[in-house]
Amino acid sequence: MAKIKSLDDLRKIRESTSDLSSARTGQGTVVVVGMGTCGIAAGAREIMNSIMAELARRGITDVAVQTTGCIGMCEKEPLVDVIRDGSRVTYGPVTPGDVATIVAEHVVNGRVVDSLAIGRAD
Amino acid sequence: MAFSVEEVREKTREIVQPWKTGKGGLIPILQKVQETVGYLPEESLVTISREMKIPLSEIYGVATFYAQFHLTPRGRHIVRVCRGTACHVRGSLKIIDSVKKMLHVEENGTTEDLRFTLEPVACLGACGLAPVMMVDSQTFGRLTPDKVKGILDTFE
Amino acid sequence: MQIYRSHILVCGGTGCVSGGSKDVIDEFQKELERRKLDKEVLVVHTGCHGMCELGPIVVVYPEGTFYCRVQKTDVAELVEEHIYKGRPVSRLMYAGSEEMPVVPHYKEIPFYSKQERIALANCGYINPDNIDEYIARRGYEGLGKVLSGMTPAQVIDEMKASGLRGRGGAGFPTGLKWSFCAASKGDKKYVICNADEGDPGAFMDRSILEGDPHCVIEGMMIGAYAMGADEGYIYCRAEYPLAIQRLKTAIAQAEEYGLLGQNIMGTDFSFTVHIKEGAGAFVCGEETALMASIEGRRGMPRPRPPFPANSGLWEKPSNINNVETWANVPRIMVNGAEWYSSMGTDKSKGTKVFALTGKVKHTGLVEVPMGITLREIIFDIGGGILDDKKFKAVQIGGPSGGCLTEDHLDAKVSYESLTALGAIMGSGGLVVMDETTCMVDVAKFFLTFVQKESCGKCPFCRIGTKRMLEILERITAGEGKMEDLDTLEQLALMVRTGSLCGLGQTAPNPVLTTLKYFRDEYVAHIKDKKCPAGACTALVKYSIDPAVCIGCTKCARNCPASCIAGEVKKPHVIDSEKCIRCGNCKEVCPVGAVSVE
Repeated sequence: MAKIKSLDDLRKIRESTSDLSSARTGQGTVVVVGMGTCGIAAGAREIMNSIMAELARRGITDVAVQTTGCIGMCEKEPLVDVIRDGSRVTYGPVTPGDVATIVAEHVVNGRVVDSLAIGRAD
Repeated sequence: MAFSVEEVREKTREIVQPWKTGKGGLIPILQKVQETVGYLPEESLVTISREMKIPLSEIYGVATFYAQFHLTPRGRHIVRVCRGTACHVRGSLKIIDSVKKMLHVEENGTTEDLRFTLEPVACLGACGLAPVMMVDSQTFGRLTPDKVKGILDTFE
Repeated sequence: MQIYRSHILVCGGTGCVSGGSKDVIDEFQKELERRKLDKEVLVVHTGCHGMCELGPIVVVYPEGTFYCRVQKTDVAELVEEHIYKGRPVSRLMYAGSEEMPVVPHYKEIPFYSKQERIALANCGYINPDNIDEYIARRGYEGLGKVLSGMTPAQVIDEMKASGLRGRGGAGFPTGLKWSFCAASKGDKKYVICNADEGDPGAFMDRSILEGDPHCVIEGMMIGAYAMGADEGYIYCRAEYPLAIQRLKTAIAQAEEYGLLGQNIMGTDFSFTVHIKEGAGAFVCGEETALMASIEGRRGMPRPRPPFPANSGLWEKPSNINNVETWANVPRIMVNGAEWYSSMGTDKSKGTKVFALTGKVKHTGLVEVPMGITLREIIFDIGGGILDDKKFKAVQIGGPSGGCLTEDHLDAKVSYESLTALGAIMGSGGLVVMDETTCMVDVAKFFLTFVQKESCGKCPFCRIGTKRMLEILERITAGEGKMEDLDTLEQLALMVRTGSLCGLGQTAPNPVLTTLKYFRDEYVAHIKDKKCPAGACTALVKYSIDPAVCIGCTKCARNCPASCIAGEVKKPHVIDSEKCIRCGNCKEVCPVGAVSVE
């Protein structure tokens, strides 16, 4: 990794990073699991495993699965975000049984699963 | 994980080594010894004292000050039931009671087969999911007394 | 050329054709002819819209209404409603488009609409294990700005102007604190992050460390530059293994980028940071105790002066701030002091993170501007009380704080207002209590906590809290006397004045506030031998209503003391003498026949 020597170097990284936060268009689909201590206590690890298994079962390789920290909605943990087509939708509380639905509907087909969705972010 | 007296001395000397020149090493040393041996046997404290040239009384003082340190052997799995405010108002006392009944131990007690040690803890910081308990490094939330048995059964 | 008032575009791409778009086109033609609209409306067969999974797709112009998954059977309705009556059919419209959001935006969810996320800006959004994502959200820009164009004195002035006050509890102005350490002479100085978050009911620091570790590191670096320090310690409690792991990753990544180490960003500024794991002692949240603990000693507070700014860690000038305080610093540097101070009240600027827990519908972490009311936090953001029970009290500020009542719900939250009511801001734990929470029990709970965590140095704290606890235990066991209340108050005032550190000085707060606002509950325990909330087991009595009981035997089977008798299908009776008041019977009863008083 190159050292950051100036504000310009910092700016370059900023511009080249396709981060989770802005859900930029033209980027592949990303699934984000909230993995703070609360999330893990509510079963996020199990959800993470189900997602990986479901993607593997369907032979999907171009979807990135990432982790993030606590967003503060403890009541709705475990939380899963799907970033697709430039928008980020949060689901919760997600059970392992919901994973197949979210993957089939939203990740593959781009249809938001209304019954599980809590909200969206830019 | 039972070590002989000689092994405890040996392990302790290894752990102490990198801290001999630095400062502020006592607590990290105790943490590492406890992680390796499972608790802090007298021999380890004596060894730390000799190697670090710190009076044994001072080491004993530190080891007994912090809740994390234990001078007696503990179970293979540590059950920490949260007694924080949020857990308290959402019924953590019942969770502790059911763990006690199930394991036949009191708070800070260890089962005879050395399988579990029950330690109430002030707050695990997962208040949103109260009541909460931790077994080793795994956290379990939204507990009810009848969920406890299923969780404990998975730890051998 | 024929002019049509409306165009219906039906997708004829492969995906939509396989979804039945051919039938849809034929049906539109038929339906339009039937209604004699075929001269006014043109049906167009278009190419692929690229949203094949939503097909067949129909777009109606001039409005540009976008319909998806249109079936042959939907056509009659579309023509009737949209073309004929001019009313778009919402059930077929595209749900994900910007015009018609079905899933509400975060800003529209009550839980978020009143929040202002600064310290928590990245939590739950970025991948905490990836420094690039932090940088993408303007991370390390504050540090860059400071290093490339501000003198240390200017940084401190900016902090003073922002009005930021210590978020750990006491609310000391951060800029002022920094200026003391900056003015202190010494070749070696330290900055310390207090991540020994020990207040039961508070978990914002853990969430920040787990969700956005870089912002804390960057904040510490900006502080170090301003005060002339080159080394930092993060003292994190061992109960937070995930936070420690994420911090370690963050430090390693920052080192790789050269953002930590020697000559940062090509300047003379160098900085290294270490993590110290706490060993389980609440009192280590007190700054002098924390420093003693880093040095490897018993974590006991010492008298001040000398203040840490002059003689702190290893007797060097040191500055200590908590996680949330440090997390605000980079954002203030990027956006300016004026931006930060535009939020909040006259004396309490910016935002505060609260951990909203207890008997509230939506538990969680909320960051709100200072000056918001407790009612807004608990009812608007938190959604009100769990199971729609009655609100009784909110405990604010942890073991050092107090319990506030319904009368205080409209108080504006600030350091001053809460102190005036007998509570404190503390680290921001808000534990909501309903009618089933006993306030004497709550006071006993906190006193048990401080009594256990008292380091033992000051007799008032060590022995005074013990005596107070004994009195409370007597009262909750039904053996209290009215004069106990006066004794409690006297002891409380002595503990407050006779203790060295914050732990002891504030330890009586939960008792004093409950005595002040819920005295009748104490009296009920003492005079009537009753616990109005039904929480103190020694004072409650379980009984079965024979009119309601269906004789299912469930209670008898679940009673650990075997004190419930009765025949099948006949009312059961509890033997109060033997009853251990575990409440199992009440929980398992399918018809709610068990009552407690």
